[in-house]
Formats: sequence, C-alpha cells, structure tokens
Amino acid sequence: MTARGALRLLGGAAVVLWGAFTVSFAILYLLPSDPVSIMLSQSAESLDPAQVQALRERHGLDRPLPEQYLTQLGNALTGDLGTSVTTGAPVTDLLAEALPHTAALAGLALLLAVLAGTGIAVLASWTRARWLRAALLALPPVGVAVPGFWVGLVLLQLFSFTWYVFPAVGQDGFASLVLPAVTLAVPLSATIAQVLARGLDEAWRAPYADTAFGAGASRNRVLGAHVLRNGSLPTVTLIGVLTGNLLGGTVVVETVFSRQGLGRLAEQAVTTQDIPVVQGLVLTGALVFVVAGLLADLAHPLLDPRLRGRRAAPAPRAVPA
Amino acid sequence: MSVTSERSPRATAAGRAIRGSAVEGGAVAPVGPDAATTSGDATTSDDVAPRSDVAVPPVTSDAFGSAPALLEADGLTVAYRGTEVVHGVSLRVAPGEVVALVGESGSGKSTIARALTGLLPDGGVVTGGRAALGGQPLTGLTPRAWQDLRGARLGFVPQDTGSALDPVARIGDQVAEALVVHGTPRAAARERAVRILHDVGLDAPAARARQYPHQLSGGMRQRVLIGLALANRPGLVVADEPTSALDVTLQRHILDLLTDPAGTRGERPALLLVTHDLALAAERADRVLVMRHGRIVDEGRPGRVLGAPRHAYSRELVEAAAPGAGRTAVAGPPAAAPVLEVRDLAKAFRLPGGGLPLPGRGRPGAGLAFPGWRERGTGATEPGGRASGTGVALPGTHGPDPSRPGGRASGTAGLRAVDGVSFAVAPGETFALVGESGSGKTTIARLVLGLERADAGTVVLGGRPLGRDTRELRRRSQLVHQDPSSSLDPRFTVAAAVAEPLVAHRTGTRAERRDRVAALLEAVHLSPDLAGCRPAELSGGQRQRVAVARALALDPELLVLDEPTSALDASVQARVLDLLVELQESCGTAFLLVTHDLAVVRRVAHRVAVLRRGRVVEQGAVTDILDHPREQYTRELVAAVPRAALGHDPAALAGAPTDEGEHS
Amino acid sequence: MSAARTGRDMTRGLRRPGAVVAVLILLVLTAWAVAPGAFTAHDPVTGIPAERLLPPGPGHWFGTDHLGRDLFARTVHGTGLTVRAALLAIAVALGGGAAIGLIAGFSGGVLDDVLMRGIDVVLAIPGLLLSLAVVTALGFGTVNVALAVGVASAPVFARVMRSRALHVRHAGYVEAARLAGSGPVAIVLRHVLPNAAGPVLVLAAVELGAVALAVSSLSFLGFGATPPTPEWGALIAEGRDYLAVAWWYTALPGLVLAAGVLAAGRLGRTFEAEGRHAR
Repeated sequence: MTARGALRLLGGAAVVLWGAFTVSFAILYLLPSDPVSIMLSQSAESLDPAQVQALRERHGLDRPLPEQYLTQLGNALTGDLGTSVTTGAPVTDLLAEALPHTAALAGLALLLAVLAGTGIAVLASWTRARWLRAALLALPPVGVAVPGFWVGLVLLQLFSFTWYVFPAVGQDGFASLVLPAVTLAVPLSATIAQVLARGLDEAWRAPYADTAFGAGASRNRVLGAHVLRNGSLPTVTLIGVLTGNLLGGTVVVETVFSRQGLGRLAEQAVTTQDIPVVQGLVLTGALVFVVAGLLADLAHPLLDPRLRGRRAAPAPRAVPA
Repeated sequence: MSVTSERSPRATAAGRAIRGSAVEGGAVAPVGPDAATTSGDATTSDDVAPRSDVAVPPVTSDAFGSAPALLEADGLTVAYRGTEVVHGVSLRVAPGEVVALVGESGSGKSTIARALTGLLPDGGVVTGGRAALGGQPLTGLTPRAWQDLRGARLGFVPQDTGSALDPVARIGDQVAEALVVHGTPRAAARERAVRILHDVGLDAPAARARQYPHQLSGGMRQRVLIGLALANRPGLVVADEPTSALDVTLQRHILDLLTDPAGTRGERPALLLVTHDLALAAERADRVLVMRHGRIVDEGRPGRVLGAPRHAYSRELVEAAAPGAGRTAVAGPPAAAPVLEVRDLAKAFRLPGGGLPLPGRGRPGAGLAFPGWRERGTGATEPGGRASGTGVALPGTHGPDPSRPGGRASGTAGLRAVDGVSFAVAPGETFALVGESGSGKTTIARLVLGLERADAGTVVLGGRPLGRDTRELRRRSQLVHQDPSSSLDPRFTVAAAVAEPLVAHRTGTRAERRDRVAALLEAVHLSPDLAGCRPAELSGGQRQRVAVARALALDPELLVLDEPTSALDASVQARVLDLLVELQESCGTAFLLVTHDLAVVRRVAHRVAVLRRGRVVEQGAVTDILDHPREQYTRELVAAVPRAALGHDPAALAGAPTDEGEHS
Repeated sequence: MSAARTGRDMTRGLRRPGAVVAVLILLVLTAWAVAPGAFTAHDPVTGIPAERLLPPGPGHWFGTDHLGRDLFARTVHGTGLTVRAALLAIAVALGGGAAIGLIAGFSGGVLDDVLMRGIDVVLAIPGLLLSLAVVTALGFGTVNVALAVGVASAPVFARVMRSRALHVRHAGYVEAARLAGSGPVAIVLRHVLPNAAGPVLVLAAVELGAVALAVSSLSFLGFGATPPTPEWGALIAEGRDYLAVAWWYTALPGLVLAAGVLAAGRLGRTFEAEGRHAR
C-alpha cells in the first residue's frame, strides 16, 4: 500500500464520518421536533417558559440551524459530543463507559460467527454426500430468518430457566457472555456461511480448478491450494461489513439479556428521546463501520495480488442488520 | 459405466440450470441463445440443406490409421442431465499425431475433450461407448486413477479466458504443482518450473515464476498453460481452443509451441486440437475431424476434407473459410463526392495510472476496454479483446469500472487510441478498417458515428462536418453492433426494434411504419412470422439480421459494421456477409467495416486500411493490400492467417513475424 | 414455441417443494392479515382473567397470556399490522431508493458521484441505529417505525437500481436507440426502466422478510405498537416477563414470525434465481 493510497483511504473514511454526522444532524434536528420539546413531552413535570428557554439556551437550540450545525461539528471534531438531555452526563463519557462491555460481546460473537460460518460452508463444499450438503446449506436461510430477540429469549428459556447452565442476566464473567454472543452470532454466521459457500462453489467451477485437475491434482489439493483462497475473497469484505453493522444487533441482544453496553444505551436513549446520545451512537456506529471497512480494505491485497498497488474492491451491499 | 465430475455436488438452482444447458461446458457458451444458434435458423437460409448427420466410420486408410493408436474412443456418448449431446463418437490418435476436432459452438467438440480428460462439468456423464489411452480405459475411472493419469500421461490445455490460471497463486508455483502432484520434490519442482517457463518462451523465467497471472499478457498466460500441461511429458495433449482468445499474429506462435514443443527432444506428444477454425486445423493437423450436432460428419487428411468434403456441412464450412477473391473497387466517377471523409483524426484516452505492473503498459493500442464498448468474447470467434499483447484490462477490472464512481482513476495517463487517421469512403463502397485489438479501429467507428468526440481532425459526412448538432446527421449514418445479443433490447419484439428509429424520427403513420418494417424484414430475408418474436427466441444469425434491418430503417448513406459477424458461427457468418453485399448492391449504401478478420475483408470490402497502434499502416484496394502488402506489419498479418491449406498461397514472407508485444 | 417455454421457465422454480411450502405459509399469513376473524373466535384484546397463562391445548392453540387472552388470536390479529408495516417500509425503500439509483445511474458524472457518496454514508450507519434515529425524531408508533425501516433499507435499492441502470445504459441496444435518434427520456422509459425494474422488484421480494424482521425488532424494543394492540414484536416483548413460567408466550408467536420471514426469503431467492436464469 502506497502512502498515497493510504491517504486516499483515510480521506474517504473522514468524508464518510462527516457525512454520517450530517445525516444524523439532518434527521434529528431538521425534522419538526426539537430535543427540548421532545424531552418536555416525556417528562411528567411541567416547566415554565423561562425554564424552557434556559434549557434551549443550554443546548444551543435558540440559535439558527446552520450555526448549530457548525458549532456541533466543531465540537465533535474536538471530541465533544454534547451532554445527555436526561442525565446531563457528557455523551462521550456514556459511550466510553458502555464500549468495553459491547466490545467483549461483539468480539466473541464475531469469533463464533466466523468459526461456525466457515465450518458450515467448507464442510458443505468439501463433502460429496449430497444429503449432508443439502442439510448444511439449509441452515443459513433459517439463521437469517429467525428474529434475534426470539433466539435470545428461547436460549434464555432453555439454558437459564430450564437447565440453569448460564445466568439469565448480569455481566459477571465469561458465563454471562455466552448466550448473548451466541444470539448475536446466529445471523452473522448464517450470512458468512451463505457468502462463503457461494464463493467456494464458484471457485470449484472456475477454469483454474479445471487446470489443476487437468494437471493431476486431487480434490483436497485443489481445495487447499486454489478453492479456499479464491473462494474466501468476498467473505473478507463481508466480515468487514458485518463488523460495521454489529452495533445494530447489540441493541436487541443487550436489551434481551439486560446487559449494559452501547446497544442498551441506544435503547434507553431512544426511549427517553435523548437526542445527543442517539447522535453520539450513530456516529460511533459509523466510526466502527469505517474502521472495519478500512481493515478489510487493507487485508484484501494480502489475499489478492491483483489488488496490490491499487484501490481495494468496493464493499458489496451491506447486509441489513 | 460413467464418468462423473469430481467437483462439489450441485450448487445453487441457478447454477444447476446454467450448467445443465451449456453444451460446450466451458465458460464460453452463452446459454439459451447459443443453443438456438445451431438449430434455430431454419426460417432463414441460415441452415444447411438436408441434414444427414450419419456418423462416418473412422477412416483407417490414412497414414496414421495403421499405427497402433495411443488414444482410442469408440461410440462415445455424453449426456448433460439426461440430454445426450454427443452421439456415439469414435476417434483415434496415434502417437505423435496431430488430430484436429473442428466444429461450431454447440457441436460437442469441447464436450469430447472434457469427457476424454474426465473434466466434464457438473451434470455431464459419459453414458456409453469406450475410450482408452494406451490400452488403459478412460471410462469408469476412480478419482485416484484420474489423478495418476492426468498431467502425467494426459495433458490438458484449456483456453486462457483470463482465469485458467489461479489469479492468487504465483506462476511458478502453479507450474510446479503439476510436477509435485506426480511425485517431484517441491524444491526440484520449482527449479524445473523455471526451466519449463523458459522452454515455452517466457523471457526472464525466474522472475516470471514469481509473478501472478494478471501480470502476464494473454499470450504469455497461454504459454504457461501449455508448459503446465507438458510439464510431465505426457504422451497425449488435449488442447481446447488454445488460441481462440489471441490475436492472429500470436496464434501462430502458440500453435508452434503446441505442435513442436521445445525440450521434448524430438518426441513430440500427440495432440488432440479442439478448434472452431477449420483453416487453422487444416494447416496444423495431420488429420481433421469435422463435428456437428454431436457427431463426426467428416474425417480425413486436411487436403481431402478441404478439397473434397464428403458432407454437406463440411462443404459449407470450407466455403465459409475460403476467402473471397476480393471485390474490385466501385467503378464510379472518381470525382464523386465521398459519403464519408475523415481527416487527421486523433483521440486519446485516459488510462488508470495506478501503477499496473503490466508488460508494455502505456503502449499505444494496449487492449483497452471501453466501458460499454468492450470487444466481447462471445463463443467461438473471439476477436481477441482481452488477450491482446498486453491486456491492460484485468479480468474483473475492465479499465475504468463504469459501475463505481470511485473506480475512476484520478491519476491518469493518456493513450493515443487514434493518431492522425485519414481516409474517405465513396458511395456504394465498402471500406474496411482492419487491425488487431487495440489498433484503434473501433474508436474510429465511434468517432465517425459521433458517439465519441475527437481531440483533433474532422469527420465530414455527406459534405457536412460532424459537429455538435449530430441528431440530424445521425440518421445518415447507422451502426451494426458486434454482439447481436446485447444490441437488441430483450423486451422489444423484432418489429418494435426495427421500427424504433422510425418512431424516434416520427417518420410516417403507424400503418406506413408497419409496411416499412415488413419490407425491411423481407430485405434481410427474415420471415414475417418472426416480427412478433423477442431476441431470446432468435438465433445469433437472425438477431444480426434484425440489427441490420434496424440500421437500414432510416435509409442511411453510411452503415458502420463493427465486427458484424465475429460473434457468429462460421457457416452463419458467410450468409450474413453475403446478405450485406447483396443489400449494398441493391441500396447503394456505403459501408465502413471494422474487423480483425482478413477473410471478412476479402469477402465484403473494396478498399482497406490496415491499422496499428492508432495509425494507418497502409491503405488501398483489397486485392493490392492483401495480395501484395508493402509494409512489414501487413505482411505479418496476412501471413498469420492460416490459409495456405485452402489453396491460397500466403503472400511472400519477408521475415518471420515477431511475437509482438509479448515480451517486455 | 418459445413463448410457452419462457412461461414454463418462470414458474419452474415455484414448483420445488421448498417454494411450495413457502407459498403456502405466505398464503396463510395473507389470509390472517385480511380476515383474522375467520380464523379465531377469541377476542385478541380482552382476556378472561380466570384463564391466565394456560399452556397450549385444544381450546387455546398457542396458550394464553398473563391477562388470559388467547395468544393464537393475538398472533392472528397481529399479522395485519406487521404485514402492513413491512409493506409500507418496502414501498418507502423501493420508491426512494429506486428513484435515487435511476437518477444516479442514468445521469452519470458529478450527480452520480454525489448521490452514491451519500448512499455510502447512509450505508455506513448500521441499519438499526439509523432506524432508531429516525424513530427518535419522528416519535413512536407503527407507521413511524415502518418509515424508519424503509429509510434504512433504501440505500440497498438505490445501489441495485443504479447498477442495473448503468448496465442497461451501456448495453448495445441503448446505444442503438441513441443512434436511431431516441431522446434520453424515451430511452429511460422504453429501455432502461423496463430492463432495470425486474431485479429491483426481485430485491423487494428478497428484502420483505428482512424488513419485517426489522419492524418487529423495533416493536420488540417498544417503539412500535402501543400495548393493547397485537403486533408480533410487541407480543413477544410482553412475554419476556413470563419466560420462566410460560414458554409458549414467546416461543410460538416467534415461530410464526420466523416462518413468515423464512418463507418470504425463500420465495424472494426463488425469484432471484429465476431472474438470473432468464437473463
């Protein structure tokens, strides 16, 4: 990767982050409601107009929108994402506090998903038993279709309330992490298995596989030397995209398992319509997506010599969370 | 007794359907339309007279017939998902013999090659007959037995479609793999691989061994594939269209390599050469087998097959391959104002400048792929779009990717696609622009049509220079596109497609337009019954006729023919070309013909300009230029066309053609 | 000859067993959505306190909830709301996304660059978070949730529409139409739109299940239907508190939702495969 290429990647990432800021600002501030009136509609106690005005001034909402936008953008650049309307705590503090819990959950889920997805796809591609292949390939569509919140509840019912294997709530130690991570990993692994299986099938049918067979290579050798590497190229990009979208999945999972984390923070912020926190979470989500995309872009040339020295392939369409 | 593929059990439903219907097995055969190409032309004259597809028994009186056969197949039948596509083919190849299996797409020739190498695509099964290599049966083999056989005693050379070599593995490792799987220790195999790369004619083989396929040109990749197949000195090599993706001057060298490989010390392997090109087969083979509809319809020494074809179909092929005598220039008043006059035309393109480690990058005429105007490799006749000397267009990264704004390169380098070209076309005349891929011929056609804007020079159409207001001029020049499968909207009926120009120019009433469409369809010899059909229901030849009818709808003065037959099978090509000549004689339209095929030039053109790297090498009457070329490059082009066997002596060769652009 | 053949090709995929089951499931769900009363005699809103938390049985196929309401009735009556919300979301995504994609793909140049950059940005925000932001701004309720999910799904449609439009724009027949003298509007209406519409509509079928899932997820989180109204996501959320004592409360409505999403996805993929085959 040349220095210029790296700069271009970083520049693109910065543009996307700025865009995400602008989009979230547009959604949250241009739509008719404003944070204070939303907050007032939520709170039971009524405030007198002077108090409302004071609140508006505190959040800078009395100024014209372009000015608000520029001020907020400037603050965001210096790491200030404002304060929570409900608790008054700085948004960055709330995010920083929640991040480690979510990172642990997401990391374990991603690991499980990659292992399970790869296992399913490679075994389905390798086996010559048609029934096994059919059975394996029937799994991913189911994994994508079952609602995450439902999987979580069923797991809880079985492992916590019936068999008492894992704790139902809380976040003490590894045991409490297992069920949420499995729940989060189900749709991820299904998507990975689908894309990888398709990639492997294409690689088996590619002319270079025929060339290798024609030279006398065995099935296992063709799989190991050619099919796995070529067939997994699209999956690398996919894993980047999935990682970027993980934050969406954690909202449901952390709510189901009553865990503290970014997802739970999001659920609470939306419930109380705490606009600065929601905006901070949207930005965090975009940041994770951009970083994951950068890592995938950097990993791609390592696997595909055609991409060395040029810009990495564009990401495939994002998979809806 | 069956040979099933070794690959994964079935993939997706879509993949299954596609594989199942693609008769040719390889990546080249388009699905539905292709199947129709060979059989659906009955409503036009595009079909051979009476079918008499009776298998001709193997001719045993030929020179090699009495020698003990190395490869022997007897009554081989192959089916895809229950549909038999090869019906009892028998053939034999003697040690050291070169046998050519000739046929059009869908004839089953590639299926035989793949059945004999155990590489039938999923769903393909040998359903009957016997095949044996040196006495060992080739049917009913276990995967293990195939592994021992393939590579060691039976080499397979696929067509380089850009992905016949693993894109993510180094060249040297891929050649070494062929040795390792047959027991050579890895270190020794690597050394041998470099030696093999040298033998197939790669410069700096040690450095090349560490490169990846995309860093090599199409010609070099084909050489690597040959080296890979020959690595273990097999007794028999099966080569499936080994040169179809290459420019004509390169084909010759690749065939030399196959028929007389270096490093074999005189013991050349037997070669089963699968090709669609009868002329090439006749020039190279000891024996020619002509296939049609899954049967061998003619067989014998090349001289016999060409001189006295036994079957109506091979007669047809021979006629299609025979170059015309060349049309004489139109006798008209020399002062007649030209329909088209092109003066000092120049056009540069911007190329991605992102450090492509390709040989000869930035050289004019490097196989440039224009977005939306790619020279398509459709089936049998490949104009060489992706396999030119340098192949700037990577598989999957064709030039500037039109589907991504980010794909547009910011650092760009200019490339002179057209560089000071002048010529004129008289009314009723066919003027041919001939050249290899990247010579700029297609760009000139686009400039003439106003689809691109020239950097310099003028295009004068009917006395008026082509300017900004091109709409009125446009109806005076029309295009017949290379690929009839993409030039017709799949949702339009034939009648609607032909009527489109009339509708666009609000010409006539509805009834008048209907009459005009009927007259045009008649002019291109299409049955009026086809007016309600959609393109998917037509054969390739019929589609091209529709495209011609549409182009003539507005009575243009100039018709631009961009490789009008290169996507068609040989026997269909001849009839479409004859139709064009006939239309020109009745309508007096001037043709600007763009082609890489000198046989097409001879058949249709009066005058020709030979292009190379965006410049005119020489121009003049077809008979002068092609029979008495003055320039070295023209001589190479003419000499590279295998037509000696067809009774036309190639022009005197003043020097061996060089392997242009292959080495950097 | 061939008209009949293409007709058969298009329906062949629908005759596979998996697709048949998918169609049956979707037909049942449609019937539930249109006429819920025909399938259950129980009242979905008012319960019988004496019949609280009964397990599934002949009288109550899915059991009853904590207020003694029949869960099968609530599931059947909730179908309409969920399906309508999913269809609204798809309509928003399809309309908005396809329009943006068509403009970008056919205009090309700077406008294309700007629009696609915008799409990239929206895609960089995880879909659920984007939906949550829209819900925060619009307020709660099923319609707002559907709008929010639609906004988050629109970029996918924009991308597919753009790539199809670009593909068609560079096809030989569009060039031929230009040479024939057709103007840009005629080309878009006669060539680009008809040829690009198929894959986009297929995508709508594929995405329908995913969108229904997203709508249910937001309802589950409590941002959709308000309590007494039956809606699948909200229904399952209510069951959370009774996990230990009433497995059927969450499990059975969830199974119905999963079956519906699976069936929609299966049918969408069948169309997708057929479309790819037909092209």
